[in-house]
Amino acid sequence: MVADAPKQFELDMTQWQGSLDELRGLVSERAMTGETMLLNMGPHHPSTHGVLRLLLELDGEEIVSCLPDVGYLHTGIEKNIESKSYEKAVTLTDRMDYLSPMSNNMVFCMAIEKLVELDVPERAQVIRVICLELSRIASHLVWLGTHAIDMGAMSVFLYAFRERELILDMFEMLSGQRMMGSYFRPGGVWRDLRPEFLPALNQFLEIMPGRLDDYERLLTGNPIWVDRTQGVGIIEPDVALAWGVSGASLRASGVNWDIRKAMPYSGYETYQFDVPLGEHGDVFDRYMVRIQEIRQSMRILHQAIKKLDTAQGGFRSDNRKFVPPPRTELGQSMEAVIHHFKLWTEGFAAPDKEVYVSIESPRGEIGCYLHGTGGNKPRRVHFKTPSFMHIQAIPVMAEGHMIADLVAIIGSVDIVLGDCDR
Amino acid sequence: MSIAPATDPVEAVKAKFSLAVKEVDYFRDETTIIVDPAQLPAVVRFLRDTHGLIYNYLSDISAVDYWDEEGSYEDRLGRFGVSYHIYSMLYNRRLRVKVFLPEENPTVPTITDIFPAANWLEREAFDMMGIIFSGHPNMKRILMPTDWDGHPHRRDYPLGYETIQFSFNIEEILKHKPFAKE
Repeated sequence: MVADAPKQFELDMTQWQGSLDELRGLVSERAMTGETMLLNMGPHHPSTHGVLRLLLELDGEEIVSCLPDVGYLHTGIEKNIESKSYEKAVTLTDRMDYLSPMSNNMVFCMAIEKLVELDVPERAQVIRVICLELSRIASHLVWLGTHAIDMGAMSVFLYAFRERELILDMFEMLSGQRMMGSYFRPGGVWRDLRPEFLPALNQFLEIMPGRLDDYERLLTGNPIWVDRTQGVGIIEPDVALAWGVSGASLRASGVNWDIRKAMPYSGYETYQFDVPLGEHGDVFDRYMVRIQEIRQSMRILHQAIKKLDTAQGGFRSDNRKFVPPPRTELGQSMEAVIHHFKLWTEGFAAPDKEVYVSIESPRGEIGCYLHGTGGNKPRRVHFKTPSFMHIQAIPVMAEGHMIADLVAIIGSVDIVLGDCDR
Repeated sequence: MSIAPATDPVEAVKAKFSLAVKEVDYFRDETTIIVDPAQLPAVVRFLRDTHGLIYNYLSDISAVDYWDEEGSYEDRLGRFGVSYHIYSMLYNRRLRVKVFLPEENPTVPTITDIFPAANWLEREAFDMMGIIFSGHPNMKRILMPTDWDGHPHRRDYPLGYETIQFSFNIEEILKHKPFAKE
């Protein structure tokens, strides 16, 4: 007896449930007749930096329209925070923008501090600035590496990740974790700097400028790089503002808006640094602005290290209504035990009011809208994340370009899908 | 070209839209103007285009649900609040324009024609909170799957856990859990 032949897998196109009518008004009429081609890019395409899906309408290789589709990485962080006390929720914010968790911690802690009027000591502010600028450099290094590898420059990726590893080692010294440290807490930071941290930071600041020159030697004057980036993905300043673009992508268009300068927080007004600006708003200018931002961040770090010697106060606020007492106090003070117990079981209460704060994350303006209930949990937390706005603006930059340029554009606006979908 | 001196946004809006302004709230150096939902696009456009105000950047649109177990949103103007955070780059200041929407029909006109950036932010508010923005060009879900049932950020939407099935509530639960298609 002959065994049955293996059943052939058949693709039944009649089962497709979708309809072009859903896209009417979003793509051009030519797509309805089949004159232009609809092509799905992502969510598993490596150059879409995570799980971004783009529906492209193509005329040959030229992009007629581009429809981003996000939400593949939605984890309900905002909803989860509503069920946690304020301090416990800090750990969740790390997971949004996983390339610069410190910025997320910072904006959430600042929102809490504003809502309950909690002061942060000077030393804690300096430590925060050090962490924020280090994570800005780390995030820009990942951006540089992935952006370059998208365009075929493999070695920059390896070099950038080598330097990023030094920063992650420093974060491990601070918080015990390489990436999701949850190092910032309402009222300051979790613990003081470790003794081995400052030597590591000084060593990093010594070698980094030379390494940055190396990257620039590989890319800035490279004719292939310049050909691929100059004049590509131009966004005009007024268009960028209307579409809510912020951060380095906005400054590449020539708009001088850096929240560290405009609305200083954590003592940024006491640091000397420049805001690099671009002229044309193309991919190359976005690249140059970020490279120069790394240099400015190092300038801030040098000043912050000097400030550490003179900064007053501890690494965390002494307000025991919001900040738990250190272990050493627990054996001696009944009050400390009560505060410890209250803060770790119930947490602190915040008024039934709303605040909005925003900071300059490596990607742009990250904002936190926080609404208390009068109790120990928030009523609503909403994060305005830069990637969400930037992905929305990708079609504006991409339409009329080739697919290969789209890859350059996606890389240049520096999106993180965890940041977008939250 | 000279820059007009900054004017107080609250006074300006009150003078222009005396009937639309319901309340003004100051908290922690933030100004909130609560306006009539129907007048919202006019107010935002006025704030963007008037000399001395020039709120030219839309930072955020956040929706909040005031429902709680005791049902005590009674002392507010409505169950839902939608906050528009706008920023003036010229005068370096922020302003929150807020509307309150009723539970039965949470509808507010869109501002996508004033700020294109509002497009996705409004879709997110629709997806998560069920606020309907009339006149929006593409009012569809953005973060949740298209066939999702309910609006997760509402306060009466359970968080994470599975409701225990009993004979009296099984129909209610199955409504939220469509079976996988064969």
